[in-house]
Amino acid sequence: MIGGLGHLGLQEDLSLSRVIVITSGKGGVGKTTTSASMGMGLAQKGHRTVVIDFDVGLRNLDLVLGCERRVVYDFINVINGEAHLNQALIRDKRCNKLSVLPASQTRDKDALSVEGVGQVLEELSKDHEYIICDSPAGIEHGALMAMYYADDAVVVTNPEVSSVRDSDRMLGILASKSQRAEQNREPITEYLLLSRYSPNRVVRGEMLSVADVQEILSLKMLGVIPESQSVLNASNSGIPVILDTQSDAGQAYQDMVKRYLGEELPMRFTSDKRGMFGRLFGG
Amino acid sequence: MGLLDNFRSANHGRGSASVAKERLQILVAHDRIARGRPSYLPKLEREILDLIRKYVDVDPNAVTVSYEQDERQEFLELNILLPDQSEWYQSESR
Repeated sequence: MIGGLGHLGLQEDLSLSRVIVITSGKGGVGKTTTSASMGMGLAQKGHRTVVIDFDVGLRNLDLVLGCERRVVYDFINVINGEAHLNQALIRDKRCNKLSVLPASQTRDKDALSVEGVGQVLEELSKDHEYIICDSPAGIEHGALMAMYYADDAVVVTNPEVSSVRDSDRMLGILASKSQRAEQNREPITEYLLLSRYSPNRVVRGEMLSVADVQEILSLKMLGVIPESQSVLNASNSGIPVILDTQSDAGQAYQDMVKRYLGEELPMRFTSDKRGMFGRLFGG
Repeated sequence: MGLLDNFRSANHGRGSASVAKERLQILVAHDRIARGRPSYLPKLEREILDLIRKYVDVDPNAVTVSYEQDERQEFLELNILLPDQSEWYQSESR
């Protein structure tokens, strides 16, 4: 069934835009927060960007982006031909370069078919530079559909054993189950985003450090998002945290978007906030 | 790290992060080896074992198939431990 896509010219059309999957394996590590902020960040830089919620049955991206009351049609409606793409896309009110394609709340994950997803991505690629696929947790159908057409993958990881292990498992899946892998094309470009990072705890030896995680997973680090109250505050009010320019997490996401677009920036918010003296006694 | 580390480690159970790192490194290395193996290996191992057991009563653990890969070559190594006549029923699993 996958072979049938070749004559749609899908591969060529999609190459005009970049499909980015935000994935992790483990749940609750910050995929949706990252999808919302990266989408907003790219859009603010002037790139036409769409963020798609692949978490069918458990949609949340609309909530994090604050457009939950504007959802009329969803991704599955479009795949099933019950609505046009333009009817389902929600244009962000803060930044008109950003659109959201919400997941269905009522359907089953199996409603996502390889062909259906491929056709929607192909249509989106005509007028979007970046297509961000917000993956559900796990390694089942919904997650596989979210990564299948990806050009780039952002693996969101917490500095914690189960998250790091799941991320590594996801790297294996990206390398074997994607369309690029099946067609023997250049592999998906994989990036690491370390979130919920507490420099203080790292200094105390209680948390894996940026260097530790990077050494274990050996991936290009796109950003380090500090554990921050501002993330919860932002999602409480339906504002992607990247718009909270005063917060450390918001600034870390801005850096992450710039790095994705090719800027070389040093990591911020990775060292202990305490002074010299505190650090001396902290080890 | 500072001189005070040793002191702290005695009192605060410091270093759970280094334990985590060590465990993860082992686990990830192990997972990655398994991942690189062709998916037919377990079935191949089972079928070879069945075939051998038609002729010789070997222990189920007596056949090991290992797979290694470097930049240029792939190695498929097949190891069958045949029991001695004398210790026919005592062939130890490895």
